[in-house]
Order: sequence, then structure tokens, then C-alpha cells
Amino acid sequence: MPGEAVVARDLVVRYEDFTALVGATLTVHYGESLGIVGPNGSGKSTLLKTIAGLLLPSSGSLSVLGSPPRKLPPGTIAYVPQVEAVDWSFPATVWDVVAMGRFARLRFWQRFGARDRQVVHRALELVDIARLANRHIAHLSGGQQQRVFVARAIAQEPRLLLLDEPTTGVDAATEEALRRIVRELAAGGMPVLMATHDLDRVDEWFDRLLVLDRRVLALGTPREVVESGVYAAIREHTHTHGHLRHDHEPHTAHAAHPEIKA
Amino acid sequence: MERAFVAALAVGLLCSTMGTYVILRKLSFIGDGIAHASFAGIVIAYLRGANFYLGAGVVAVVTAVGIGFVHRRGRISLDTTIGVLFTGMFALGVYLMSQQRSYAVDLQSFLFGDILAVQPQDLWLILALSVAVAAAVIVLFRGLLYTTFDPVVAQASGIGSATYEYTLLVMLALTIVVALQAVGIVLVAALLVTPAAAAYQLTSRFAPMMALAAVFGALSTVGGLYLSYYVRASSGATIVLLATLLFFAAIAAKYVRRVTVRVS
Repeated sequence: MPGEAVVARDLVVRYEDFTALVGATLTVHYGESLGIVGPNGSGKSTLLKTIAGLLLPSSGSLSVLGSPPRKLPPGTIAYVPQVEAVDWSFPATVWDVVAMGRFARLRFWQRFGARDRQVVHRALELVDIARLANRHIAHLSGGQQQRVFVARAIAQEPRLLLLDEPTTGVDAATEEALRRIVRELAAGGMPVLMATHDLDRVDEWFDRLLVLDRRVLALGTPREVVESGVYAAIREHTHTHGHLRHDHEPHTAHAAHPEIKA
Repeated sequence: MERAFVAALAVGLLCSTMGTYVILRKLSFIGDGIAHASFAGIVIAYLRGANFYLGAGVVAVVTAVGIGFVHRRGRISLDTTIGVLFTGMFALGVYLMSQQRSYAVDLQSFLFGDILAVQPQDLWLILALSVAVAAAVIVLFRGLLYTTFDPVVAQASGIGSATYEYTLLVMLALTIVVALQAVGIVLVAALLVTPAAAAYQLTSRFAPMMALAAVFGALSTVGGLYLSYYVRASSGATIVLLATLLFFAAIAAKYVRRVTVRVS
């Protein structure tokens, strides 16, 4: 395996009165696409936000490309959050938003130059929205909005890409475009971490799969994870929005969660 | 008179440029809060014989940073904090003022502004602060834009949203202090919001919105000052009324454009 891009040991992340991750240990390599699956509230988003440096772990260690995430030079990490809670009436075109991906790369005195424009244009083409460049962002479909934010992440030319459920609420064509991009970027050597609730075809998306329920339940190739049996339990419970018991015993799990009807 | 026009132009350009951020970051209540809180600073400076701008400036900047801190920590809701802080500080100003014998006349000019009373040293200070804030807008343009649109993703990419937020709040505080003499505490929020809101109706990109807001702002302050002379009315009130008129004109223009586009 090539070098380690993300190394987390016993990662604990707390919100005010809730522990979202209770000791996660994992390693992600360069050139690897890692899918993160788990029921709602299992800490998928928390893990991505912590790796992005948006949340600080309360204990445990985290190394991203060899240093703590907040110590990395600007532009290193690109993060595409789950539901883009931005103001869609903001005065900006598709081009303007994707161009923001370059901002972390530019110092105060540097102009937005020909190369920046070229990178933005290529990013738009990669997600197949170059024809929408001059459209105001208020006039986009859900799939197009998602493509804009992925294009912005690509325009940043990051060294690590984090995607939080990018396939939620998008059309089939966008989903396929995203899958192709995840594959291409990983093949080019970039570590890609993606949370997903979509458990179909995981082997077509990811080199390895992380099963999370506030702790790491399994980490391996999609085939290994499927064969371990953890995956079947996740599958069942993801669809009922329940939490998993960590003993993976279906009957006791249901007994402990009376709200889940068997 | 010339001095007043130069001051009006600077205040109009500055307020409306900053107003672009105020509109898009939804800070109008914060602007109102800072303006009212700075009243306590003005009164203290007045009673001690210190400079008006120094007193207002210190209190405005401290209030702005305090509001930013509470906003970041998020334990108490932001509008509650501003509501408590700004009425409290404003009351402190009125209290101190009321202990003086002849306060009525001066209170009036603080509340509603008197741009004709701008002294040469005031004008220099207004121009210096305007240049400083404008320079900050230019230098920090990309970071302010990104953190205004999407602070979380900007932060993840290594653009410190908190730093930009605090910087913007300090710039806003300085802008308000500059505007106080022109339109007074009560009307300063209007000058921050109205020209930028009018520009927002007519533009669909950030930089043009800011440029158009500046034009509307300058038109309001310079035009309002000019008009106030002829109609013999308060300059601050005339300025704000003209800005309001421009806002409704912008809405009408937007509506007309939409209809003509649909017809053609």
C-alpha cells in the first residue's frame, strides 16, 4: 500500500452533551477511495468534519497528510458538506462559486489569473456543467447544485477530498458523474473519503469501506465487509433509521430498540 | 458647505459598500446595535471633553467584537444579546446625558446627525477611516466574499472564517462611527441597509452589486444633503428618505424588467 494520508487513533469527538465518536481508529492511504457507511447519527459527518479541521477531537490523535488538519497550508483539504445550507439567492453565477475554489490558493496580492480561469473551466467541464457557467445559482436543480459544489472542490486542486453524502437527492446522471470523478481522482493518487447512505453498488465506488456507528465496526474491502456480516446488519438498520447494537445480534438489537418493529 | 458634501460623499460610498456585506450576511440588526451602543461612548467622550470619534469608536469596536464573540459561542441567541446590549448601552448614554443640565439640543444632533456641523479635523478623520476601510475591502475581497457565501467550506479549505468575521465587524464598527455625524444613531442602519438592498434587486453578481450599492449610497447622501437645503429639512432624515425612495424605484425597475422580459 502507498503512504498513509489520514491516520486516526482512538478519536473521540464530543458535542456539548453528546459524544458523536467514541474512539475511532482508521487509516486512509493515498490513491484510495474510502466509503463511510452507517446508520443516521453514526458519526459519518462528524468524522469528515473532524478530518476537515472544522471540529476538534476531545481526545485521540489525528494526522492528515502528516499534520493536524488546522496546521495544513490553505487549499489542502476540499470539503463538500451534506446539505449545502447556503443562501441560493446570493448574487453569484455558477462560475463565481466554482472560482471560489481558487481563493484558498491565492495570496492577497495575487491576481485571479489565466491559469486560475483554466482550472475553473476544467472543473466545470469535468462535472459537465460548463454550459451553465453564466447561470445564476438560484436557477439550478438539486443535481446541478451538487455538481457546482463538487466542481468548486476540484477547482481548489486539493490533496484530500471529503464528500458528505453527495448522492442524496441527485439524479442518476449526476450520481454516475460523481462516481466517475471519485474513481478518477483516487486513480490519480488523491485520497477520497465519502460518506454515503446508499449501500448499493459500493464496490463500484470504493476501494475500501468503513462501517461506522460512533466507533469503527468494520474496515476493509467492500467484499470483506459484506462477508463479515456487519454490513447486513447496517443494511437492515439504515433503512429503519435505528442505531446498531455493537454485538450485531439482530434479536437483542430489536429488543433494545422497541421503536424498531421487526 | 463644501466640507459637508465631501463628508456626505465619503459616508455614502463607505456605508453602502459595507452594506453589501450587511445585507448578504444579515447583519442589519448588528449594525443598529453597534450604532446605539456607541451612544454611551459619545456621551462619555462629550462629558470628559474627549474626541467624539474616539469615544464612539472605542465603544463601537468593543461592542462589535463582543457581539462576534457571542455569535461564535452561540450559547445565547444573537438577537437577544444585541437587544440586551444595545438598549443597555443606549440607556447608559441617556442616563449620563440626563444628569447634565442642558442636554436636549445636543441629544437631538447625536440621534439624527448634523452633517453641516462637520469640522475640518472631523473631515480628515472621516476620510482617513474611509480609506482604511476601503483598503481592507480591496485587500480582503476574496476571503470576505467566500466566508460570506459559505463560511464552513471556506474554513475547511483553510480560509479562517472567524478571523474574517471579526475583521468585518471591526470594519463595520468604524463605518458606523464615520456615519454617525452624517445621519445620526437612529438612521445609520438605514444607510447601511437601504442602498445595498436596492442594488441587490437589480444585480445578480457580487461585485456589480457592491458597485451599484456605492452609486446608490453616494446619490442618497449627496443628493439628500442638497435637497435638505432646499426643503429646509433635517439632512439626516432627507438622506434616508431619498435612499428609501431609490429602494422602491429599484423594486419597480426590477418588476418592469421582469414584465418586459416575459412579453418579449
